[in-house]
Amino acid sequence: MNIDFSPEELAFQQEVRSWFAENLPAELKRKTELGIMLSKDELVVWQRILNAQGWLVTGWPKEYGGPDWTPTQRYIFDMERARANAPIGLSMGIIMLGPVLMAYGTQEQKDYYLPRIRNCEDWWCQGYSEPGAGSDLASLKTMAVSDGDDYIVNGSKIWTTYGHWANRIFCLVRTSTEGKKQEGISFLLIDMDTPGLEVRPIVSIDGEHHLNETFFTDVRVPKKNLVGKEGQGWTVAKYLLTHERTTIAGVADSKVHMANLKRMARENGANGEPLMNDPSLRQKLAKAEINLLALEYTNLRTLAATAAGKAPGPESSLLKLDGTAVQQQLSELGVELSGQYAWPWKADDGVGPDEFAATTMRYAFTRAATIYGGSDEVQKNVIAKMVLGLNFK
Amino acid sequence: MHFNLSDEQKLIRNAVDKFIRNDYSFDARKKVLALENGFSPEHWRQFADMGWLGIPFSEDQGGLGGGVVDIVQVMEAFGTGMVLEPYLSAIVLAGGLIARGGSAAQQEALLPALIGGEKLLAVAYTERESRFNPADVQTRAEKSGDGYLISGEKAVVLGAPTADALIVSARTGGGRLDTQGISLFLVDSKAPGVEITGYRTMDGGCAGNVRLNKVQVGADALIGGEGAGFALLDEAVDHATVAACADALGAMQSAMRKTVEYLKTRKQFGVPIGSFQALQHRAVDLFTAVEACRSMVLMASLKVTDKDPVARRMAVSAAKQFVGEKARLVAQQAVQMHGGIGMTEELDIGHYFRRLTMFCAQFGTTDYHLKRYADLMAAAA
Repeated sequence: MNIDFSPEELAFQQEVRSWFAENLPAELKRKTELGIMLSKDELVVWQRILNAQGWLVTGWPKEYGGPDWTPTQRYIFDMERARANAPIGLSMGIIMLGPVLMAYGTQEQKDYYLPRIRNCEDWWCQGYSEPGAGSDLASLKTMAVSDGDDYIVNGSKIWTTYGHWANRIFCLVRTSTEGKKQEGISFLLIDMDTPGLEVRPIVSIDGEHHLNETFFTDVRVPKKNLVGKEGQGWTVAKYLLTHERTTIAGVADSKVHMANLKRMARENGANGEPLMNDPSLRQKLAKAEINLLALEYTNLRTLAATAAGKAPGPESSLLKLDGTAVQQQLSELGVELSGQYAWPWKADDGVGPDEFAATTMRYAFTRAATIYGGSDEVQKNVIAKMVLGLNFK
Repeated sequence: MHFNLSDEQKLIRNAVDKFIRNDYSFDARKKVLALENGFSPEHWRQFADMGWLGIPFSEDQGGLGGGVVDIVQVMEAFGTGMVLEPYLSAIVLAGGLIARGGSAAQQEALLPALIGGEKLLAVAYTERESRFNPADVQTRAEKSGDGYLISGEKAVVLGAPTADALIVSARTGGGRLDTQGISLFLVDSKAPGVEITGYRTMDGGCAGNVRLNKVQVGADALIGGEGAGFALLDEAVDHATVAACADALGAMQSAMRKTVEYLKTRKQFGVPIGSFQALQHRAVDLFTAVEACRSMVLMASLKVTDKDPVARRMAVSAAKQFVGEKARLVAQQAVQMHGGIGMTEELDIGHYFRRLTMFCAQFGTTDYHLKRYADLMAAAA
């Protein structure tokens, strides 16, 4: 048993590290480090730089333009990406839709959409949740009714992340109200400029516009945009949940966040001493680092299993729970370190130390981490039933 | 022993509650948020007309002669509606300081205008790296003729952008962290050499950084004795801390009630989500937190007037530590139990979250007050 990387893997790590040092634009690095929201243009420019190097769709197989890395290489890449303070790709197309199309898409869908995702010609958003279907996603009501070669879609989706940036949306829609509610769901690709589709902004408690509500009024969608068979949508959506587990914990970004917090504590003072000399703050930072260490080793266990071609064990089920708990703990510490400089809200530069300017926004927005992608409560229900066998009725 | 409010105290509470219900709904508050500095002159006039601006001041000073319990009633009601106007910084903190430590001439010059709603004050005591320690003062005041020349920088001063005059802490002696040698001065916000950079705060209020460049003040600007300002400032901050705890109690109570209401009405899997035991237990955690905080606010409101500064400080730090810890819990869980909708600006829950998050660091974090209490506890033994 060892956790050392092989000489080849170490060489790869060096290559990736040098590349980031030479290619990451300084302004992107600064914003990522301070937790400032990036614009779509900034992200697209950055993703195109990555794509030119062949490092954008790192999880995709070679035949679709991926770099054909091992799980360990992907892990190393993600660590180096975060270490460089490079932004994480927010594109739902790369992480979510791409793998779905590879598994369930028609040849035509793969040939058309996958290169457009890779080249950043399309920005995809996700249409799953509805006002009445959050944790209980299978009760979704947005209807797609067959009409010749088309479906007519009516209903609404909520929490459409960066829907205002997207030109396409992948949706779960109801094509049948018969039988089990999961069985009447289909997976549909829709162009955002289709008549009858409207996007309205939702401002989050960090005061920023990340989320939207998306309304469908008699939206006509060609049947060739169906992914998988009609009624197979729930299976398609669930496939994603089992796909990529090694980055879900966010260890790479939390390690960098931790390092940034420690630097903030060393470089900022209170009452004539560095904040790091305050015993209680120092212990809180230490406790956060210890929690992060436990998470990192759980993540490594999952990685080791995946790298050996085995299915991850039960430890992988806590990656999202513990990963988001660590993210929230770190963001809370950011506010704590900021002291009264956490109070200015979207103030001009120079009001206080730069590194404190966005800590409150980050703290506020990170509250969503235990809500989206399966809330803490849903995660625990699943673990209780599936892992512990506490499944009665 | 009784913990009942007097008839006058009940009248004040009912009046403020009514104001929140009728004039400070969430939608009405949005309009105040959109105003410059989150301040409605119309509301302030209303507060003056109702006599609320005069509560902490004696009848001799032109006030209502109320006590801490009265202020706590107002603040708790203000917390339920997340009132943005600077009652805490202008009336409780600054006004209270003048009422306790100002000369007869200063009181006469300032209090009628403050009580009448014509003038606003703020206390500029925090500095760039002072964090929560009011004794950490680097701003200096040098003797100059009959008066003083003040130079230095004050950071994140609550209510500074709307204040007509500032109470500034400055060193006339002693080293950086000494409690001796701190003097308090009344400085006109528009005096030559005063530069205020204002901004909004996370709860929708306002604060500012204050630069003082050789600001000339007369001898009559000195509040309390030269070099003896710390005791006055410390006491004023303690009083304001209790008022802030009461405001947080009101905000926690509202966030808790709204969350319980949501658990009863939001349905998933065909049932109200409040039927899930995991959420029921967490709702109970919030309820017990709020009630325990109510006890702590009561305790602190009775003990903050203790003549023994050690007893006062311990009581205030105990309350702030306890309420701060519970405020964080309530704020976080109110958002969590609301799910996605709790993350939006459209719902009041997110605003309670920000109000309570700001409170957590106001006048000192839970860590700061735990240490302050622990040090006093150890020294007392």
